[in-house]
Amino acid sequence: MNAELLFDAALILLLLALAAATLHTRKLYTAIVLFIVFGLMLALTWARLGAVDLALAEAAIGAGLIGVMLLAAFGRSGPEAATRAPPAVLAASVLLCSLLLVLFAQGVWPLANNSAPVPELVNSHLAASGVSHPVTAVLLNFRAWDTLLELVVLLLALLGVRQLHSPNMNLPAAWPLLQAWSRLLAPLSIVIGGYLLWRGSHAPGGAFQAGAVLAAGAIVLRLAGLLPPLRWNWWPMRACVLGGVALFMTIAAAGYWLGSGWLDYPPGLGKTLITLIEIAATVSIAVSLSLLVVGDTREITP
Amino acid sequence: MSHISLYLLGGVALWVLGLHALMTQRNALRRIMAVNVMGSGTFMVMVALAARMTPIDPVLQALVVTGLVVAASATAFALRLATTESPVADVDRERE
Repeated sequence: MNAELLFDAALILLLLALAAATLHTRKLYTAIVLFIVFGLMLALTWARLGAVDLALAEAAIGAGLIGVMLLAAFGRSGPEAATRAPPAVLAASVLLCSLLLVLFAQGVWPLANNSAPVPELVNSHLAASGVSHPVTAVLLNFRAWDTLLELVVLLLALLGVRQLHSPNMNLPAAWPLLQAWSRLLAPLSIVIGGYLLWRGSHAPGGAFQAGAVLAAGAIVLRLAGLLPPLRWNWWPMRACVLGGVALFMTIAAAGYWLGSGWLDYPPGLGKTLITLIEIAATVSIAVSLSLLVVGDTREITP
Repeated sequence: MSHISLYLLGGVALWVLGLHALMTQRNALRRIMAVNVMGSGTFMVMVALAARMTPIDPVLQALVVTGLVVAASATAFALRLATTESPVADVDRERE
């Protein structure tokens, strides 16, 4: 057994132990903190598997933003009722899960050795896509539909959250250390976000990672009490949220009417259009995520 | 046995762990975390499949990047649903 395999096995065991501890620990607060650690370890796993784009996104969204949302929800929810599942449910669940584990393990085992023709196809058409990083080419050219609909899902989640006007977050007065740190972190998040966005065309990085980092900077500032409440009824906010989907749809529709088809960029213009979409999507994702986490809903209460 | 097989099995184990918690836990926040752990297991299988060949499969990785944002959106909505003071929740509480 070589050292690399030992590292992989240790990482997977750590992930499984963290997941089990997260889901079954007694105190809910401990569970949430363990879940954030689980997200960070997952980011390390993605980096180990060569998915650097994903590691960046997971560290920013999976561990950071979901952690903040869980803690905010924990603050809103009442004390947890100590109910345990009846033994019959527990036994049935263990039985079903062990059967499923065997079934799926047998199912995925042979997949490790076969291969698919898709990566070769992507690489042979990479030059025509307008960008040189394959993941960005897939996200914004070959499978642009996915990205467009993903922006729509984000918008739908935001609209759904706004419909359920729940009580506002009562932010406690920020202590001086948080304010000092957020003054230092916010400019850094803008620089890192811009760098990730610019880098996305030829190396790991891109709109989602950049948007998530920018949103993190805005959320830290808001939690430190250095930003005014983020309100939906301020029109530039709405313009930023809708801008990503609107620009993406406009470019897609223009391609349909004037060019060769829906989401089919004209040759030569690929790089410009992808960059435009990425910038609009970054702003849109950053504002949507910030509103999801720290958005103020005071103005719609009747 | 390569490291890819290890990660494939790890992903399946994570998914099953999440399913078990989803069936046995009662608290809404714990159930949302359980669904997230199940999602992470699925992502791990997909990323391991993407890494099994050289060059690395960009389509699967791009799908997981998309999936991650969709999962975060769904989690945000679910958390707000779980902690909203609504008439329905009050009726449930009175029944208990």
